[in-house]
Amino acid sequence: MGGNLLTNYGEAVAMILFGIGCTNLLLQKNLIKKIIGMNIMDTAIYLFLAEKGYIAGRAAPIIVDGIQEAEHYINPIPSGLVLTGIVVSVSVTALMLSLTIRLYQRYHTLDLDEISVMIKKEGK
Amino acid sequence: MLDFVQNFPCFSIVSCMFAGIISSALKGKGAKILNLGVLLAVTVMSALTLGYVMDLGESYIYVMGTFSAPWGNELRVGVLEAAMALFFCVIMLLSLMGGQQKLQEEVEEGKQKLYYIMVDLLMSSLLALIYTNDMFTAYVFVEINTISACGLIMIRQWGRTIEAATRYMIMSLLGSGLLLMGLVFLYGLTGHLLMSNIHQGVVHIVEQGEYHIPLMVAIALMCTGLAIKSALFPFHSWLPDAYGYSTVASSAILSSLVSKGYIFLLIKIIYRVIGFDVIQQSKIINVLFVFGLAGMIMGSLSAIKESNIRRMIAFSSVAQIGYIYMGIGLGTEAGMTASVFHVLSHAVTKSMLFIAASGLLQASGDSTDFFDLTGAGFRNKTAGAAFTVGSLSMVGFPMFCGFTSKLLFARAAVDGSWKMLPALIVLAVSTLLNAIYFMKTVIRIYTPLREPAREKRFRKIGIGEQPMNFVALICFILLNVVLGLGAEPLVALLNNGLKMFA
Repeated sequence: MGGNLLTNYGEAVAMILFGIGCTNLLLQKNLIKKIIGMNIMDTAIYLFLAEKGYIAGRAAPIIVDGIQEAEHYINPIPSGLVLTGIVVSVSVTALMLSLTIRLYQRYHTLDLDEISVMIKKEGK
Repeated sequence: MLDFVQNFPCFSIVSCMFAGIISSALKGKGAKILNLGVLLAVTVMSALTLGYVMDLGESYIYVMGTFSAPWGNELRVGVLEAAMALFFCVIMLLSLMGGQQKLQEEVEEGKQKLYYIMVDLLMSSLLALIYTNDMFTAYVFVEINTISACGLIMIRQWGRTIEAATRYMIMSLLGSGLLLMGLVFLYGLTGHLLMSNIHQGVVHIVEQGEYHIPLMVAIALMCTGLAIKSALFPFHSWLPDAYGYSTVASSAILSSLVSKGYIFLLIKIIYRVIGFDVIQQSKIINVLFVFGLAGMIMGSLSAIKESNIRRMIAFSSVAQIGYIYMGIGLGTEAGMTASVFHVLSHAVTKSMLFIAASGLLQASGDSTDFFDLTGAGFRNKTAGAAFTVGSLSMVGFPMFCGFTSKLLFARAAVDGSWKMLPALIVLAVSTLLNAIYFMKTVIRIYTPLREPAREKRFRKIGIGEQPMNFVALICFILLNVVLGLGAEPLVALLNNGLKMFA
């Protein structure tokens, strides 16, 4: 069990990062820190994927010197998934940032709990 | 050779998506007409697909692009998928129709176009979630669904909705993060992304008795992710604000369609990706069962305490989502059928309740005070009638669809396992709690108002004033009664669809 953890240290690090990102996203009060936490979480998944697709001693599947055999290259699908995932997380981050800007312009604070209190006071 | 009808699922996804893109270059009116046209076209196409698959008697696979099974991307269409797509389109059309007037009042002039873009994208992602046979495609469309749902919440620009949208996004992103992680685990275990291929891999792993823990972790991650996104009980904190303060068409769409899309994906994962047997053995389903039960009680209790009627209906959604998860958690075919039926019946009823509540509020000077609703059923007669029908259906009055789903749940629960007793008790208690807050509201709106001072602030709303709203509510009532009275063939259809689903 412990031995597996050492050989797969990349995956282990990814899981730790995922946990850190997750906690930050949930527990931080500051919106910007929440967004950073979300990005850490997403990036941890991409690290995990990249680790899954990597095969030691092989190169990225880009043919430059005419070698076409599959055994010289790593698995390209996880890399493809990472690219798609990055696109998704960029758009989501942009949306979150724009929401943060809106809230900051209205309430002049980044603290989500404080904003909730102010909204309750506004009534309506 | 492909039959032409087989292309329709793909066409409907793509046409919704392109409608969204084209709308961004149109004026508000144009976007609205395009949206209506596309939704109608998709409704017709889904109906034709449903007819085709029912004739065919089995599901078919539609290959996207030129790569075949283990590499390419594909759609899989069966009776259940086509029926869901048809149903979602109808609800979407009716919700938009009923919420249109409010939409014009509440959304800034130039921004209505954006609303229709979001609706187009939402519809396309829902259809893709229903039809897709590829896990990663499902993930991407889950994200598109989340983003457009966020747009629907915050289209009405005031502090409450922006805050609600932020909270919604935070929880949803956590959910999609967990879903993606679970998916990556499964990919690591089986080496596939297509659902059927993953299933083969999973069966192989289970037979060999290897990788038990990673498989369980993957299932748990995906279930938790989707449970967060569909607002199962402990993760429901974002829901009341998001449903309670956004414009009414959004509330109707969010409560009846968006959360249901995720639940449909979960059912798909349970049946097609992991396999029903493996899920049953895994005990994870018991966790869903327990949280479903908790949601049924807690959601209703919060609803009783709430005085803002729209937030009350939103909390009632938490309870109803609990019902659905309870049915899934029973871990039997009958439980699953009951859940799927409840997805339909809740969607019909909840969107009607939201639209009717907004009509009642309009007749009460848009005040959030519960007592201002006194006599609102007389001031806005259609909304009052629709609200009463919806409430009776939620409480489980015979003749309406809520009754049928409660009956199916109860029947499914009586199977002799340890789940029988808690399920039946909670079902009874939750029905009682439902009755408390819904009947309280119905009595309030039909109590004559005897204070002339108050009466002056309110106005009567006739049918002629809001013809679209009237038509939508009547359609909802009819749909509700039809689902309630004609449940037998529908249940048979769903059963058949679930068999084809695996």
